Amino acid sequence: MKDTPLSNCERDFILKAIEEKKRLDGRQTYDYRKIKITFGTDYGCCFVDLGQTRVMAQVSCELVVPKESRPNEGIMFFNLELSPMASPAFEPPGRADLLKCLTRAPTQGLRNDWKEPCFLCDHDFKVWQIRVDVHTLNNDGNLMDAASVAAIGALCHFRRPDVSIQGEEVTVYSPEERDPIPLSIYHMPISVSFAFFQQGTFLLVDPCEREERVMDGLLMIAMNKHREICSIQSSGGIMLLKEQVMRCSKIASVKVSEITELINKALLNDKTARKAGGRCGFAESIPQERITALKTDQTAVEMTDVGETASSIVQTAEAPPQTVPSPSVPVPGVGQVGEVLRNSWGLEEEEEEEEEDGGEVDVVEILDSDEEEDEVVILYPETTKKPK
Amino acid sequence: MIPRSGRGRCGCSSGFRDISCQATRSSVRMFSVLKERVGEILLPGDEFCCGPQDTLPLTDSGKSERLVAGPGLRRSGDRLLVSRSGVLRHKEPNKFWIESQQRRYVPAKGETVIGVVTAKSSDVFKVDIGGSEAASLSYLAFEGATKRNRPSVQVGDLLLAQLVVANKDMEPELVCIDGSGRANGMGVFGTGGLLIKVSLGLVRRLLAPRSDLRADLEQLFPCELVVGMNGRVWVRAGAVQQTLVLANLLQSCDAMTAPQRQQLFRRLQQGAF
Repeated sequence: MKDTPLSNCERDFILKAIEEKKRLDGRQTYDYRKIKITFGTDYGCCFVDLGQTRVMAQVSCELVVPKESRPNEGIMFFNLELSPMASPAFEPPGRADLLKCLTRAPTQGLRNDWKEPCFLCDHDFKVWQIRVDVHTLNNDGNLMDAASVAAIGALCHFRRPDVSIQGEEVTVYSPEERDPIPLSIYHMPISVSFAFFQQGTFLLVDPCEREERVMDGLLMIAMNKHREICSIQSSGGIMLLKEQVMRCSKIASVKVSEITELINKALLNDKTARKAGGRCGFAESIPQERITALKTDQTAVEMTDVGETASSIVQTAEAPPQTVPSPSVPVPGVGQVGEVLRNSWGLEEEEEEEEEDGGEVDVVEILDSDEEEDEVVILYPETTKKPK
Repeated sequence: MIPRSGRGRCGCSSGFRDISCQATRSSVRMFSVLKERVGEILLPGDEFCCGPQDTLPLTDSGKSERLVAGPGLRRSGDRLLVSRSGVLRHKEPNKFWIESQQRRYVPAKGETVIGVVTAKSSDVFKVDIGGSEAASLSYLAFEGATKRNRPSVQVGDLLLAQLVVANKDMEPELVCIDGSGRANGMGVFGTGGLLIKVSLGLVRRLLAPRSDLRADLEQLFPCELVVGMNGRVWVRAGAVQQTLVLANLLQSCDAMTAPQRQQLFRRLQQGAF
């Protein structure tokens, strides 16, 4: 399905509104949309909602043979999935490639953290490979920031299995045996996107989808809360002045500290919820959303004929397949169910009908439950046991 | 407020089909059964039978009544089946239909829609109306257009047009003139306003003959609205801020009951925004 094209009047209107410092949803130029961070039941699963943009990140790990050029380091692998679920524009692969290039920037920012701590060498020279998969669920603009927040949140949330080394033996414990341990993360680089309009005259933070379509270029700065710039990337080919870039980095540092605080708070909430044994996870985090338009008051549902309908259904329904009560055993160890030329269905259906006539109306019970017992029954011609 | 659009009637005229049952008395019976359940929420799978097993009161007049089954109701033999979930509505004398919330537009003949021109070729425009396929609009389907006098339409322009061909087997076709050759409000428009996407239910509520929503909007500030049956609404007010407010209002009204909406409008009038 193709994406709806942007009409000229929308483009003109959005540009005119930006010149008057007005955004479509009433935000200020430096305002972010509402960010909501939730974690799933498994460790390492993080959902981020940035307004209507939704992404999900999942972290997994495994022991692999390290790269020959870097035998002492673990491996970090980032993957960004842009499915058409997020936007019809992602169906042809052209644009998806562009966005994938953009993700290299935050991943480069993160990769530098992993030089030492989170992996382990053992005698077979295996190291941990941490893999982060980010899936875009809905695109309403600024996928990059949402993806970076989700990736960092998932990495902070993740727990890897505990490992112990005794001499040359390495044991990897499962989560039941020993609590998994968190990854040691030195800093959290978060990307902040700036959209430029009218050849760099106007800038907006956190563009929504329509603003992104109209923008001239995008500047992405990945920073951590210690005000260290991890990566800067500019796309769209706009010319920026030095002062503009400096101003953007100052704005980015403010935003990054806010977002880092949000992530930490979300992690803390999740930790307390898990400790308290409360229900946590994706299903709990979705708010009850109800469509209230055209709602009517409670209407009575007709129940008077449910009884008759149910009993008529039960009576006219076919009998469920039954196991033949007793197999015939011609030879020890061999059982024959039913005989080849004789049809035994007719007998069973009559039995079924007699039993069901006296059945209840409201509840349709399964009269015979086929439970198989886990024991081997050797059938002898003399004693015929019923398999239940 | 100057509403410019087609089709002020509620309900889609193209979705209505006539039903008259074979037996005369049973159609009266079905009519009364349906009448009882107007305003109730029905689910797909509910059915209305007019078979012989119904007991008929002796006071029935015996006239056969024609029932017009609208969108959401389907005839199967002598039964009427519900195929969409929603509220059953009735319009005198004999129209019944299911009103439901839907955002995806399925092109239907005779509806007036807002389209965006995506391509120009030698003799047709390709217009996106939000359906599964782009519709085609001939150059000559404008008022006063001849082979020498071509309409000035660019790629990316907004158009109000009427569907003349719309079925699942063929590409939809649009025209910007009515039967007598006059534009009647259709054609290119849209400088200075904003296009928003809303649900189809909201569009029908805006276009209904005595619409509360329109009456409330009139109280706010002077504005211009073009409503397309494909869920697209174009708004323009005096200032950019007012246009933005109006656009956001319409999008949020979608999921509100009437009292909630009136409360929101009142807050707006008191100058909260």
